[in-house]
Amino acid sequence: MYENKRIGFLFVLPFVLGVLGFKLFPFVMSFALSFSQYDIISPPQFVGMENYQELVKDPLFHKSLGVTLAFVALTVPMRLAFALFIAHVLNFKLRGINFFRSAFYLPSILGGSIAVSVLWRFIFSQHGLVNIVLGKFGIEPVLWLADESWSMWTIVLLNTWQFGSAMVIFLAALQNVPQSLYEAAEIDGASKMQQFFRITVPLITPVIFFNLIMQTVHAFQEFNGPYMVTEGGPLHATYLLSLYIYDQSFKFFNLGYGSALSWVMFALVVSLSAISFWSSKYWVFYSGEKEQKR
Amino acid sequence: MSAVLSRETVASNDEAARTLRRERASAGMRYAILIAVGITMLYPMIWLVGASFKSNSEIFSEVGFWPSHFDLTAYAKGWKTSTEYTFATYFLNSFLIIIPRIIVTVISCVLVAYAFARFEFTGKKLLFSIMVGTMMLPHIILRIPQYLMFKEFGWLDTYAPLIVPSAFATDTFFVFMLVQFLRGIPRDMEEAAQIDGCNALQLLWHIIVPLLKPAIISVVVFQFIWTMNDFMGPLIYLSTVEKYPVSLALKMSIGATEEVEWASVIAISVVALLPSIAVFFAAQRHFIEGAASSGIKG
Repeated sequence: MYENKRIGFLFVLPFVLGVLGFKLFPFVMSFALSFSQYDIISPPQFVGMENYQELVKDPLFHKSLGVTLAFVALTVPMRLAFALFIAHVLNFKLRGINFFRSAFYLPSILGGSIAVSVLWRFIFSQHGLVNIVLGKFGIEPVLWLADESWSMWTIVLLNTWQFGSAMVIFLAALQNVPQSLYEAAEIDGASKMQQFFRITVPLITPVIFFNLIMQTVHAFQEFNGPYMVTEGGPLHATYLLSLYIYDQSFKFFNLGYGSALSWVMFALVVSLSAISFWSSKYWVFYSGEKEQKR
Repeated sequence: MSAVLSRETVASNDEAARTLRRERASAGMRYAILIAVGITMLYPMIWLVGASFKSNSEIFSEVGFWPSHFDLTAYAKGWKTSTEYTFATYFLNSFLIIIPRIIVTVISCVLVAYAFARFEFTGKKLLFSIMVGTMMLPHIILRIPQYLMFKEFGWLDTYAPLIVPSAFATDTFFVFMLVQFLRGIPRDMEEAAQIDGCNALQLLWHIIVPLLKPAIISVVVFQFIWTMNDFMGPLIYLSTVEKYPVSLALKMSIGATEEVEWASVIAISVVALLPSIAVFFAAQRHFIEGAASSGIKG
């Protein structure tokens, strides 16, 4: 029965329709729109490369692009490093491991909500919790939200705080590393540090790779944090591309320009993923695949 | 001979004691790290729960989370909002989106995952790679055309744009998670049932769905929390305040006045998080495993 092609296709049909209607068609249409000028009221006009030419000259786009790249470059490594470190600490026969796992996972479940953004905005406000705590240590209050150089960190911290989703994936991978390897290394006199970098890390490179790609894609799309906590400011210091795309598209209804902007983001994500995939053959090891090629 | 033996046992006893000591020290280190990180991570949230009972002036001066006296006025004020509706309306709206969405998501994703995991059909490989590809697609790129489509359908300012796409298994993360789970389940039971004359739908209902239960719970929990958190969707598609879900109403409460009434905003934020926290703790064991095994997103 499982070979019956018609039944199988019948079951997968909703997905085929969904992908065609809600993904593929909008995808193609967005590409077409990026070559047009469209404000919803009058019909779209084909303008060729004009939107893209405008992009090159648009100072706000430059600013937004730089901010986005900085955000991704800070958030992704910090999230992954934290996730791996905590997963490593948790990967031990500890009592209460489930409690800790849930506790660390909770922020990444709730972190995307507007409620948490509101709370974050409050904690980092001038007289908020962070500054109260800093004050106890005799540190001058920091204008987390109003200072151009600090506001980015507020957003980065909000996102690093949500390392839990990557952590549970790392933890599952760590639990699959055979214990015998550590015992053997122990006998050979390898230190814990050496064991971590020579055994653990190489064996979980496929998972590191997976997390790297997913977190990068995710970071590029961050919206709620900067929209709610810093409102893109001050002076556009946290004006991520996603905010710029939103403003252009749904505030000013420059749908053509908005589409062009989102295609730039898409191109960035695709090229970064492509680089990762290309580089993966040098640093990702799949177990079972012995190094025979050399 | 015996002297050599005993010296060896002494040596190994020493060794064992040292290992034990080292392990105890290492466990202690681990606990210390976990507790320190845990407190840093969770304290802000605990503090905020406490803050929601505090008076406005106490909020901005105290590090301790325990309020000097419990004051519920912030809750009452926040719940009433500055609009003509209370948060009861907004919560109801959120559930009017969440519940139908979860139902259609589970049905469509289970069907599609069943097809991918158990059937052969033309174009299966291609479709599967498209599915994995869409998980990596930044969805912001689809927002404008989707908006135009839904406008054409007359769906603006209704919940349809937030629910209907999910009926077509477009939340591919869930399909992927279910496929991974199904692949790990041996087919013996299905084969036996097949010999007994079960058809494909009976198999799905009587064998597959019960086995998939933990994974389905994960889907329900994730979809619940993500839909509760969803902000950009409602922001784009809904324009009538009466139809706002909790996320939009919260945003409104902070944007309405220049002087933010922190006490009531915080109180209502705490309330807004409660459904998600409740669902999280009710199902945590199941769905953290689910998230880890297929692992993505967050």
